[in-house]
This record gives sequence, structure tokens and C-alpha cells, in this order.
Amino acid sequence: MENLELKNLYDDFRDGETIKAYANIIAEDAKKLKKPINIMEVCGGHTHTIMKFGLPQLLPENVNFIHGPGCPVCIMPKERIDHAYVLAMQDDVILVTLGDMIKVPGSNGSLQDARAKGADVRFVYSPMECIKIAEEHPDKTVIFFAIGFETTTPMTAVLVEQVIKQKITNILFHINHVTVPEVMVELIDSRDVHVDSYNNQIDAFLGPSHVSVISGSKIYDKFPKDYGRPVVVTGFEPVDAMQGISMIIKQFIEDRCELEVQYKRVVNHEGNLKAQELIETYFEKMSLFRWRGLGNVPDSGLKLRKEYAAYDAEIQYKDVLPIAEIEDHKLCICGDILRGMAKPQECTIFGTACKPTTPIGSCMVSSEGACAAYYKYGNLI
Amino acid sequence: MTKTITIAHGNGGEENNELIKKIFYKHFENDILAKSEDAAVIEDGKLAFTTDSFTVSPLFFPGGDIGKLAVCGTCNDLAMMGAKPKYMTCSVIIEEGFPTRDLEKIVKSMKKELEINGAIVVSGDTKVVPKGAVDKLFINTTGIGEIEHKGITAAGLKSGMSILVSRDVGAHGATIFAAREGIELDSTLQTDCASLYPQIKALIDANVNIVTLRDATRGGVSAVLNEWAKTSDVCVEVEEESIPVQEEVRGICEMLGFEAVDLANEGTFVLCVAKKDEAKALEVLQNTHTTSRVIATVTEQYKGKVLLNSSWGTKRFLDLPTGELLPRIC
Repeated sequence: MENLELKNLYDDFRDGETIKAYANIIAEDAKKLKKPINIMEVCGGHTHTIMKFGLPQLLPENVNFIHGPGCPVCIMPKERIDHAYVLAMQDDVILVTLGDMIKVPGSNGSLQDARAKGADVRFVYSPMECIKIAEEHPDKTVIFFAIGFETTTPMTAVLVEQVIKQKITNILFHINHVTVPEVMVELIDSRDVHVDSYNNQIDAFLGPSHVSVISGSKIYDKFPKDYGRPVVVTGFEPVDAMQGISMIIKQFIEDRCELEVQYKRVVNHEGNLKAQELIETYFEKMSLFRWRGLGNVPDSGLKLRKEYAAYDAEIQYKDVLPIAEIEDHKLCICGDILRGMAKPQECTIFGTACKPTTPIGSCMVSSEGACAAYYKYGNLI
Repeated sequence: MTKTITIAHGNGGEENNELIKKIFYKHFENDILAKSEDAAVIEDGKLAFTTDSFTVSPLFFPGGDIGKLAVCGTCNDLAMMGAKPKYMTCSVIIEEGFPTRDLEKIVKSMKKELEINGAIVVSGDTKVVPKGAVDKLFINTTGIGEIEHKGITAAGLKSGMSILVSRDVGAHGATIFAAREGIELDSTLQTDCASLYPQIKALIDANVNIVTLRDATRGGVSAVLNEWAKTSDVCVEVEEESIPVQEEVRGICEMLGFEAVDLANEGTFVLCVAKKDEAKALEVLQNTHTTSRVIATVTEQYKGKVLLNSSWGTKRFLDLPTGELLPRIC
């Protein structure tokens, strides 16, 4: 491993000739499809890859993408962003979170706005940085506003473990971790309120590889078995994505419905058991988590276990945190986009009132949201 | 405009443009300012005149410091108008408690850079403010240069012309990001911070007819190309594979979810020349940096837009970077 360079991890997987070769295989195979298929890429990272590398331009008309809800920033309901804002505005609090989160507007503004008003808001790349910040500011309370899917949850769990082990008294947590399989079930079962019938369009899923690095591919076992939807766990480079799509199409033309792994170079069925154990130790399921654009999704959120309530900012600061749910903007169709019933450009405010600089709906707020990716990479082509 | 100014208003991208247009241009309006070039051309095209303020954290970074930056930045703006930097002013705002030794180190590095440009500081100002009123040290420099190549304008792009970059892109932005608090990346990267006048002089001496030039500072190469496409009402078609990016910069971009063309540079410029001058310009540029490349052609396909062509036949627009550059989450 000592000679492994970062470029080895992506160079071969962006090769133009390989991408073209897969495009040809897909075009040939797609002729044998009995009906058009819609593939949902669950993860925002895939949406980003697909749009950035222009992959829809390489696919035949009968293979479509539905952009899923897998962007942790996009799905955060406004009331929880308001939590972050209120916490940041408390005296003696340093609010720490990950990247994009600081841009998302809540009802009073974003964390960026809070920072402009004097709040101490910081973003880190690794949650472990919180320990350094807490040491440097013993008179302040550092609150880690934790977001993300299965991919970032173990990092938060490690921080919780260290805070407890090292008896650090000035780090608290506001947990907003969510899980992928539960929201996939919700999408399959979701009811279209407009026509009052079950109307989701998802024929198959492209599963995010990094989630399965942690949780294994086993989390998708039930989708082919119980829901009749094939899943291919796929990497994030364009060659990976094209191969994943090709594998899905082959399943349809060969009348198979299976769980397959394209990203075999890292993913196995069981996943990282140590990381899973850490998550299990410190977190438990919330019975409901409200997703922006989708509403309440059962068992899809995590919270700190009761025995760690002393570290839970939601409990320690409950007197100042707003509790009312805030509805999405009435013109926003992110819910429909996430369910695959509409594309971003069908929204009346897409690119006009709702832009990356002034996002109204959830899918525009982060660079990994479907609307933001369409705006950035595909706004006219 | 939003009610308060946010960090995004200083990013060199869309919000920054909005701030300048809606507040400053609105009240300062005049013909010279309206040209919105790197430096103002005054006195019947004889002189170029510009100013820039510098704040950077950390003050010392691999390959440079705020002093080098403060001279390069202003001299480069002059050089980008085809001018030889001549006279400069230097104003500093210093936070109380700042180490004198560091200040001298910074001033020494300014002197070294002035010599490269053949410019001198002829006036200055110092202010010391209470702790917390500024972050350690802010520097403003203003410069006047003598124009040696006339007619450089962002409105001069025409179909068929070629666009080159003077070296690999994104090194400064990636270096600063890696050195920033909260990122903790070890890297051997160095900023590209450098004075550009010697390269511009070499182009002029080689009789390259420069259509337009711009150093790709905040907002990176994307911001420059977008501005040119809009100002000249043409399409800039970039071959994505031809954009030179160092491996390490690429690695940092991959990890943090950035694009090298969006990252700031402090010693990299973009050049537009007629097709017939392309080979000569490339040869001159490669004498300084072997990584210099032709990256784009001016066409009329989508006017006002920058189009990125991939090696597998797909296209997308390259937009102005928006917002604060933030690392992706997963």
C-alpha cells in the first residue's frame, strides 16, 4: 500500500475511452428493455457525479435518473437549522459543523448570517477538531452540530467516545444523523397526495458505495427481496457510475432482481463492524425524523442514547430551542423531485427565485442537491 | 442585496459582483470605473492605476507571505493592463501586540518583490488598532504603471481566438486551504504567488499581440473566463483535459469537493491571443512554466457562456463560483 497515491483512486475511473465503451454497452443493452426504466441514485454524491460528468448525455432515452434524497444538508428541516442558529447565538457557545451546513437558510437566516452577526461558527473537515477547539477555549461550550448519513456517523461516534474517555466537559452534541435504507422504503411506499395514489416511479436503485463501506451491502438485502427493486452498490467516479448503470440494465434484460456490488474494491456484505458497533454504542433510533421535502420518515434518524443525555445539546438547551415544525415553501416541489415525480426544471421558481445564492427549497441548498447540480452543470444544455 | 454583508460577498464570484455593482458602481459611477478592468487606464492610455487590500490567514504560508502577496497583487493588476509597475503606496493596519520581527520580515519580502517588478514605494501610512479590531495585519497597496502594450481589453475576444493559462491552476487556493485551521492536511504544496510583469514583458518582447490578459485571483480561472465570455459576448469552449492541474492540487480538490478552476491563484494568468500568435505565446510562457497550456477556443456556440468539453464527448457549462468555498461533507 505504501506507493498508493490519491490519483490511483480516481485516475483510471475517469478514462474517456472506458466511459465511452460503457455508453456503447448501455446503448446496445437498452434496446432490449421492455419498457423505459428509472434509476434512482439515492446519494447526492452520485447526483453530483452524474451531472458534473454529463452522464445523462451518454444514456439512451429509455434510461432515466431520479435524483434521490441523499444529501444530508438538503434534507435538514428548517426547525433544526433554527436550532443550530439559536445555539450559535448563545453567549459562550462555539458552534462547530461540517462544510455546506453553514450556508443553509433557516427562518432567521443561515449560520453564515449568524457568524456575520458575531456568533462563533466554525466548520471543520474532521469532527475530532472539536477537541482542539474545546481545549483552546475552556471557558466556552463547543457544540458539534452533527449531520450526515452512515458515512459521517462513525466520526461523530468516535468524538463522543473521546469526549467521554477524556472527561471533556465543554463539548456537547446536536445530532442530526439519518440513515439511507429507511428513506428508500419511504420513497417506495410514499403516496402522491396530488392524485391520491401510489405513484412512485423508481424501478431500481444505485446505492452509494461509501455508505456500504460502513454498513455493508446487507442494508439493501430487502429491496430486491421484499420490494422488487434491484440495487447496485456503486462507486462515485464516472466509470463506476456507468458500470453500475450497465449492471442494473443487465438485470432487467435478464429478468433478474438482485443486490449487486459494483464497488467490489472496498465494499463487502457485512461492512465495517467496528464502526457499526461504535454507532450502536452511542446512538439509538428516533421514532420519527422529519425530512425537508419528504416529511416524517419512521426510524430514519439517530439520537444520543439516554445515558448520554448530559452531552446532548438538544436536552441541555431545550429551554431555548424552538419546537414548532416549519413547513416548506409552498411553491417548492423538492418533495416531488425527491420522489422522482418531477425534474428540477419543472419547478416554477427553479433558477429564478430559487438559486444557489438564494436557495428556497432543500435541493438547492447544497452543491449535492439535485436542483443545485442542475443549476450548476445543466442549466441550459 | 442581503441586509448584512456575508463572507460570500468577498468571494470574487457572483455575490461579490452584486455587491460591487449595487453599492459601489451605483454611487461612484464614471466611464473609467465602468470598464471594470484589473487596473484603470488613465491619462490617454499612458498610465495604469490600481489598488488592492490584503488579508490572509495564515500570514505566512508555504511559498510566500502577506507582504509578497501585497506587492504581487497590485503589480500584477498593472501588468495585466500591459503596464510596467513603477510607483506604489503601502498602507498597513496593525493589530496591537503584533510582533515587530514578523512585521519586518513581511516588509523585507515586499522589498524583494518590488525589485523583481522594478517598482518603488513612494508613500505610505500606518495605523495601529486595539486588539481584535483587525486580524493581526491588513495591507493596502496602490500602484501606478506605465503602459507598454496598448489596447488590452476584456471586450476584445473574437471567434477563433485561443486562450492559454500561464501555468497549472489552483495552487494558491489549495495551499491556503490545506494550511487553514480545521482542515489539518499535511502537504508539500506551495502557493504560486509571483510577480507576473517579467512574463508579460517577455510576451511583449516576442511581439505577441495580446488581446486580453487577466490574473486568475479570487474566483479562479472560472471567474476570468466567465467575465470574458460575458463582456465580449462570445462562448469560451474549454477542453477539460487540457487544463493543467498539479497532482497534489487535484488530490485536495477531490477530497474537499472543489474544482481547481474555481480556486484562487496569485501568480497565474489567463491570456487570449489570435490563433496565429498561439504557438509563439505558448513557447514564451513555457520558458517560465512548463505547465503552461492552451486550454480554450473562442466560439459562438453559447454566447456569454463558458462551455466545458469532456474527453468522452459530454458538455457542461462552467459557471462562476458562488458562495464561500466549503469542503463537502461526505
